[in-house]
Amino acid sequence: MAIAQPTSTFALPGADAADRRAALRRRELRRIGTGLLFVSPWLVGALVFQVYPVFASLYYSFHSTTMLKSGTFVGFENYRLLMSDDLFWTSLGNTLYYLGASVLLGTVAALALAMLLNQRLRGMAVYRVVFYVPTIVPLVAVSVIWVWFLHPQYGVLNYVLDLVGLPSPGWFADPAWAMPGLVIVSLWGLGNAMVIYLAGLQDIPVELYEAAALDGASGWERMKSITVPLLTPVILFNVIIGLIHGFQYFVPPYVITGGGPADATLVYSLYLYDTAFQYFKMGYASAMAWVLFVIILIVTGVLLRTSGRWVFYQGGTR
Amino acid sequence: MATLTRRDGSPLAPVGGRTTRAATGRRWAGSAARHAILLACSAVFVLPFVWMVVTSLKSNQQVLVYPPEWIPSPVRWRNYLDAFEAAPLLRYAWNTTVICVTSVVGVVISSTVVAYGFSRLEWRGRDALFVVVLASLMLPFQVTLIPLFIIFSRLDWTNTYLPLTVPAFFGNAFYIFLLRQFFLRIPRDYSDAARVEGANELQILWQIIVPLARPAMITVALFQFLFAWNDFLGPLIYISEESRFTLALGLATMRSNLGLSEFGQIMAAATMIVAPVLLIFAVAQRYFIEGIAASGVKG
Repeated sequence: MAIAQPTSTFALPGADAADRRAALRRRELRRIGTGLLFVSPWLVGALVFQVYPVFASLYYSFHSTTMLKSGTFVGFENYRLLMSDDLFWTSLGNTLYYLGASVLLGTVAALALAMLLNQRLRGMAVYRVVFYVPTIVPLVAVSVIWVWFLHPQYGVLNYVLDLVGLPSPGWFADPAWAMPGLVIVSLWGLGNAMVIYLAGLQDIPVELYEAAALDGASGWERMKSITVPLLTPVILFNVIIGLIHGFQYFVPPYVITGGGPADATLVYSLYLYDTAFQYFKMGYASAMAWVLFVIILIVTGVLLRTSGRWVFYQGGTR
Repeated sequence: MATLTRRDGSPLAPVGGRTTRAATGRRWAGSAARHAILLACSAVFVLPFVWMVVTSLKSNQQVLVYPPEWIPSPVRWRNYLDAFEAAPLLRYAWNTTVICVTSVVGVVISSTVVAYGFSRLEWRGRDALFVVVLASLMLPFQVTLIPLFIIFSRLDWTNTYLPLTVPAFFGNAFYIFLLRQFFLRIPRDYSDAARVEGANELQILWQIIVPLARPAMITVALFQFLFAWNDFLGPLIYISEESRFTLALGLATMRSNLGLSEFGQIMAAATMIVAPVLLIFAVAQRYFIEGIAASGVKG
């Protein structure tokens, strides 16, 4: 491996400016070379596993590619078919439903839990573990556990609902309740966001609260005008992560419902997976992937653009 | 404050016979209410685990009893043995471990070297290129899924673990980001002093940075281990031969093969897949929490 040795920086007296500049440029090039050498694993990996696939999938999306043959150029045909494909719209709607509900409820619940934990509270570390642990459990196991926990007949939740006199929904067996069921499953995994909020809360200077307390601000006022505003950058971060994950949501619906009943939980990734790996329509699935990519870019772009209106950064630097 | 440590969820009795100032009383009540809410939430979060373990020890008859019973009787340990018969779980565990260990080794080495290039070396274009690293995190898996599958199929890598392990050797953007954050906090003088003594960059990385960055590298190793242990989509797409299944794939297959009354066995398998994860977490908890927190706040 050619690793740059530290070079001496002395310029000889009398050496003329052109020589010095050439030496400088050589050193600069050597530095760039060393830098590129170190990041080359990522560079090569990104080219092979990301850049090439991105363009390849764009290429496929304009071809009638299947698993076995590369197909012919079909122009915008895949995209045109997509627009009149009912299942495409169903899956997009389902994904947006899941996203909206899980990001909204997840944010509120994770924030609330983080705030409850943020005080110097006994057993805080224990609570934190309890809320965090479900996020590291394999999603297949999570799915299997919840299939059983939300079983319409023998599940625990319906038993509890029954005890307090509420009707017991059919959950994953009922088209109207299957998606709410998946949202509940997703809430079990809010620990990740909660830990990030907790860290954000602990970064807020105590002096701000002390000053507010001196001014006689109530707990609610302090939360409204200190905690939440100063936490908005972290909220933005978590919401974006939630959106990106939500658009890629796959394992629980695949394992729990397989997209049913009556396509109620057929989310975008699931339909894309079926298209590519059950029906082998690679070109069509690639068009789906690109439509999704553009949607994600637009949504995050809009979110970041409009974030200036509700995200505050400490020190007033935006 | 000692009364606040009660964890059984019973309402805390007011402190009798002692006159406390209103403020102390309010704080006490606030703290008690807080604990009550947190205990209730904790119960909700723990219950699915309890239900999993309880079900894993029930007989087929007891599984289908309503209202649900919380004490398995008789305790049926056989479910765990039956689970091994329903699916070759030991084989799957071995397969999963091979993938996990290989990808952890690959990802830790490659991400460390790359993160070094993005933090401890100064060169023109570095920060611009790092923005590209971060941007690549936004790329949804769906976009690369199909071309990668086609590449790996043409290479005849399906039904091998190569598609699941080889990419790990080219660094991972998220881990590069985490490690870079950590490397940037190591004072520059350390490297400069070593350079003056004639050490080359690889020596500096290995002898100075790596020993100091061990916590961050452990965090990365743990994250990757969990990712590989939990991964489902990768094995689902690339592995179709049953003897090469991973645990996650095996569990999903079990669930579709077995009937409702056999949920005891499914839960036994689920328990065995979850247990190692919980064990690792118990041993290395702080690395997880610090890693997650660092990703969000400093990001």
